[in-house]
Amino acid sequence: MTGGLCARGVTVRFGRHEILSGVDIDVMPGEVTAVIGPNGAGKSTLLKVLAGDIVPQSGSVTLNGKPLSQWTAEERAIQRAVLPQTPELGFSFRAWDVVTLGRHPHRQRASRANNSRTVREAMTATDVAHFSPRECGTLSGGELHRVHYARTLAQLWDPLPDGRARILLLDEPTSSLDLFHQHAIMAKARQIAQSGAGVLAILHDLNLAAAYADQLLLLANGRVVAAGTPRDVLTAKLVTRVWRVPCNVSASRDGQIQISVLPHRNFQNAAE
Amino acid sequence: MTVATAEVFDPARDPLQLRRRGVLVSLAVLLVVAGIAASAIGAVPIAPSHILAALAQSIGIDTGVRLEPFETAVLFSIRLPRVLLGTGVGAILGVSGASLQALFRNPLADPSLIGVSGGAAVGAVGWIVLGTAVPLWMHATFAMPLVSFVTGLIATAAIYAIGRVQARTDTATLLLAGLAINALTTAVIGYLTYLGNDAQLRALTFWLLGGLGGATWPQIWPVLIAMGVAVAALIALARSYDGFALGESAAGHIGIAVENVRRITVAAVALGVGASVALTGVIGFVGLVAPHLLRLVGGASHRFVLPGSALLGALLVVLADLLSRTLVAPAELPIGIVTSALGAPFFIWLLRIRLGGVRS
Repeated sequence: MTGGLCARGVTVRFGRHEILSGVDIDVMPGEVTAVIGPNGAGKSTLLKVLAGDIVPQSGSVTLNGKPLSQWTAEERAIQRAVLPQTPELGFSFRAWDVVTLGRHPHRQRASRANNSRTVREAMTATDVAHFSPRECGTLSGGELHRVHYARTLAQLWDPLPDGRARILLLDEPTSSLDLFHQHAIMAKARQIAQSGAGVLAILHDLNLAAAYADQLLLLANGRVVAAGTPRDVLTAKLVTRVWRVPCNVSASRDGQIQISVLPHRNFQNAAE
Repeated sequence: MTVATAEVFDPARDPLQLRRRGVLVSLAVLLVVAGIAASAIGAVPIAPSHILAALAQSIGIDTGVRLEPFETAVLFSIRLPRVLLGTGVGAILGVSGASLQALFRNPLADPSLIGVSGGAAVGAVGWIVLGTAVPLWMHATFAMPLVSFVTGLIATAAIYAIGRVQARTDTATLLLAGLAINALTTAVIGYLTYLGNDAQLRALTFWLLGGLGGATWPQIWPVLIAMGVAVAALIALARSYDGFALGESAAGHIGIAVENVRRITVAAVALGVGASVALTGVIGFVGLVAPHLLRLVGGASHRFVLPGSALLGALLVVLADLLSRTLVAPAELPIGIVTSALGAPFFIWLLRIRLGGVRS
């Protein structure tokens, strides 16, 4: 199996600090993989390694069977898109123009009409089409985040003609969104996975991860603590140990896992 | 749930796009008009109709207008080279400002403010003072622009390295880096002035005042070619600059060859600004004012801002030059004084807006 985005033995050090130690992860086409873990676990660093922003001191990353560094920037952009945690915007562009940037790698491969249609569809998918002519400076944080989400969707909208897998990397896509849009965005991620793309999302909300991810990777202190289906990973014992909060894990009749954190006056003592 | 509005955004009928086209066409027309005005006004007034006739005749079209020989002489050997030089200098300063702003994601970048022009000036002054040690045949028109290019390149690369803290630049760091580079270049220029003999000092003072006066064809054509190449190279990067607005790593994620864009920008800005500074001295604020006004009327898209800055920069410099040689005629004001007198208040206004947190 060569499709997808695969990392093996990824180790990253900043100075003397080891941020990631021998992490393996596969982002497979057709699946949503969620990376979970407490603050400082190395989740964002792992995403940067997978995006090609950080070259690990040791270990390898392959995108559709070829080392990441051997793809040109443009070929990489056709196969994978990245939604940063806090998207930047240097000047005030209109929402439409920002989403159009997602079509940058396709500007010579697809017709202008085709690109415009994709931009419109992607904006409709994240519920921002009505913002098209608005200056981004006038949008709220959550609205702007959905505009950038539309940009990454537009970048990967159509399956590649040669069957290579598309990979979508999302760094905390739900953190600035209201409840409705948190679920809408994860549902959209599932939908694009069903169309054959591989999705990786860093999530803090374990219930959201349990509801939408096929695979979970639990990181703590730069190491993989557990990997597998939500049912395997999200046990009361493990969650209590890693996050130091007491909790109950229940499963509904359709197998949906639900984690409830038990309120306690002193979390730290309760975890011991 | 949001109520979707019935009207769908249609990029083919985008009112902003239409306005942009209108602005670019108007600027081009204004530039031509300003060029004719600048060719017409002066100690020897030439009627605009005679200018057009002379231009037509020079490409072999006989208009039947009887031209005085001294008219054509003044036009072709004094006014026209001056207008063309002004156009080239203004275009490269405007485009360089817009490109540096895109590269730094910072609307306060300008070749003169952040030290690029100062760096180029060190080369020019160094050439005036130390160049006498170089054999005379090398004192061709290429040498000084070339030296200015090299020192301008060093300054630009230095500012980029200092100003780019963790892949993004904040306004304070950038301006402080520019301040430091400008202080350094002033010190070096001061030292070189101290070294110079009487003849060199005269040449130096003449150059430091700046201006487009005395431009002759053999002097300006190599510089115009260098500026043309730089302007074209920078405008070709417009789409990439749009992507740079997302930040350097996100620009890479959408397939932009970030490192190449950086290198081409730094080299082209140094080439163009170096060439312009070598011939005309430091002309400030054009690179700051032009892109800003364009963004105000037509938005941030660089496919509009870059060509627009070339046209508006050219227009500003041609008009500033016209002012500089008519305000106190028959004497001439250094053009840098004119652009700074207009540009500095604009800059202060911008700073107030930015520090006040209001979007421009």
